[in-house]
Amino acid sequence: MRRWLRERAIVVLVLLLVALVGGIAAVRPGTVTADWIANTLLFAAPLGLMAGGETLLLLTGGIDLSVASIATGAAYLLAANAAHGEMAALALGLGLGLLVGLLNGIGVAVFQVQPLVMTLGTGLMTEGVLVVYSQKIIANQPHVPQFVVALGSGRVFGVVPIDLFLWLPVAALLMLGLSRSGFGRLLYAVGDNPLACRMAGVRVWRVLVGAYAGCGLLAAVAGIVLVGTTNAADLSLANVYLLPAIAAAIIGGTSIFGGRGGYAGTIVGALILTVLDSLLTLLDAPEPVKQILYGAIILLLAAAYTRLTD
Amino acid sequence: MSADDDDLTEGELTAGDLRGGGGGGGGVGRAPAFLRRNAPLVFMPALVIAFLALTGAIHPDFGAFDLQSLALGALPLALAAAAQTVVVLSGGVDLSVGPLMAVANVLAARSMQHVDFPTSLLLAALILLGGALAGAINGLVLVASRVPDVVVTLAAGFIWGGVALLILEQPGGGAPEAFLNLATGTSLAPWLPNAVLLLAAVVVAVWLPVSRSRLGLALYAIGSDRTAALRSGVAVERTRFLAYVVGGVFSAVGGLALTMTTGIGSPLSGTYYTLSGLAAVVVGGVSLTGGRGFIAGPILAAFVLTLIPTDLIFLNIDPNYGQVIQGTLIVLVVMGGGLATLLRQRP
Repeated sequence: MRRWLRERAIVVLVLLLVALVGGIAAVRPGTVTADWIANTLLFAAPLGLMAGGETLLLLTGGIDLSVASIATGAAYLLAANAAHGEMAALALGLGLGLLVGLLNGIGVAVFQVQPLVMTLGTGLMTEGVLVVYSQKIIANQPHVPQFVVALGSGRVFGVVPIDLFLWLPVAALLMLGLSRSGFGRLLYAVGDNPLACRMAGVRVWRVLVGAYAGCGLLAAVAGIVLVGTTNAADLSLANVYLLPAIAAAIIGGTSIFGGRGGYAGTIVGALILTVLDSLLTLLDAPEPVKQILYGAIILLLAAAYTRLTD
Repeated sequence: MSADDDDLTEGELTAGDLRGGGGGGGGVGRAPAFLRRNAPLVFMPALVIAFLALTGAIHPDFGAFDLQSLALGALPLALAAAAQTVVVLSGGVDLSVGPLMAVANVLAARSMQHVDFPTSLLLAALILLGGALAGAINGLVLVASRVPDVVVTLAAGFIWGGVALLILEQPGGGAPEAFLNLATGTSLAPWLPNAVLLLAAVVVAVWLPVSRSRLGLALYAIGSDRTAALRSGVAVERTRFLAYVVGGVFSAVGGLALTMTTGIGSPLSGTYYTLSGLAAVVVGGVSLTGGRGFIAGPILAAFVLTLIPTDLIFLNIDPNYGQVIQGTLIVLVVMGGGLATLLRQRP
């Protein structure tokens, strides 16, 4: 039984997700409608994208603490420069993600810096630069371009959130890329045993730089979707997403020691966290209680998962 | 970065050997063994003195008052760094230091508002006990669940943050003047702020007994090489647990220090200290892989990190650059350490 579960951990996760949705339907009958599901998917998308980048890095045995700063920075750059050309502003936002991701990758892969420290440092740098920048350009009011608002809050046929059309292809790309492409398999291999990889002739540093750059880019995309949802770029936009992004990947069964996991689990993890959040909101739990329960449940899930897979 | 220069057999292990190594900033190359082993102990005081001299040079009026505000600013950060150091030395990392400080901070501010000085001291002792208990809970969950440190303390951070908000929703509360004076006053000499004395007293009272005992040796041993420590008969799980207990006590003192320096309790006050404390640990030459470094390094680094924004204000530069510099400093320090290791490996 245990072995069966271990090999199909994602089944357990999906069951948990269904149970949570069932819980919501039981607490407030009539809440779970097509509209509610659409809303949940809409809110889960930025978290899922950010957790996707985090998944890539956890697979290599790394972690990224700068994703929230990158997401906020990308969103802010986009909004602040939209007046001069929306496409250029978009490129600027995505470029920031790529740049910080590359810097992280070079620090971790070439200079052998601990990922936790490297990304902590670049996160602080990004945040600081952003604060200084926001004061320099105080003159022109940041505004979010129309197509980003549509991306982050629009619906097709009144039901299907537009951001799904971004998230689904990215998810497919990540899942296929991880299981089918050489680069994807190298991520697992590097996380499992970097020394063996190096001896087998793998250029480990290239794999790592690629993974960190990818994570930075995904974080920037997540920030842009998020600013489309909130329609207001402020300097603490994505802060609350840092810990859930890591938690979503871990709940989804990606090992923090590297070499084990995948994006499918992370998607379910992101959905579980989003549904959990709305369940706690529905129960009228005060913010502190919500936070405590949220932490306790993440801990319980992680503990259960470790028990199951050890 | 860790397994570069010592091939010790178990019989040769001494605390001094274990504590040594260049840590994160080990760029000393072929310096004598003593210097290399104790690099942070030489380098960090020099850095603090250099920064103080620099501050004196750009701001000739720098006096007792400025020294006092430096000490007040650095005190909570230094204690957060100390809490983090104990756990990092044991090979873990504690992402709940900040929220735990916030819990101690709001508990103190809420319970001490209308009491006299002796009662406030009693309450402070109870809060320290609570800090040890909170650390014990972290450690117990960690050891029992076998979930990695990062995940457990991440989730614990959420929980403590919620607890702090439950205790005090809005910033407020207070404490008797005499209690605040433990940090804000200058009782011995105008050039010697109480905050510095308090910091020294706490570190000596908490850390000295630990580091001089078997526990201290075990702490460095499990941080250095967990398997080797286990095979040499070190109780790995118990030592990890105790590291979090000691860290919890330091976090609680940090929370009390926040009450003393700000005069109030604020449930969100702690958020800054988790990552800044970690930054001080890195700049202070404690290896994040565990087992290498001295507690004095991060504590002195806290003063340097506090001086940076102050200097920027004196120089009429936007103090917001402080965070940029802090981040750059972390990155440069660790990259420098990595580069030194790379160069040494090359023949």
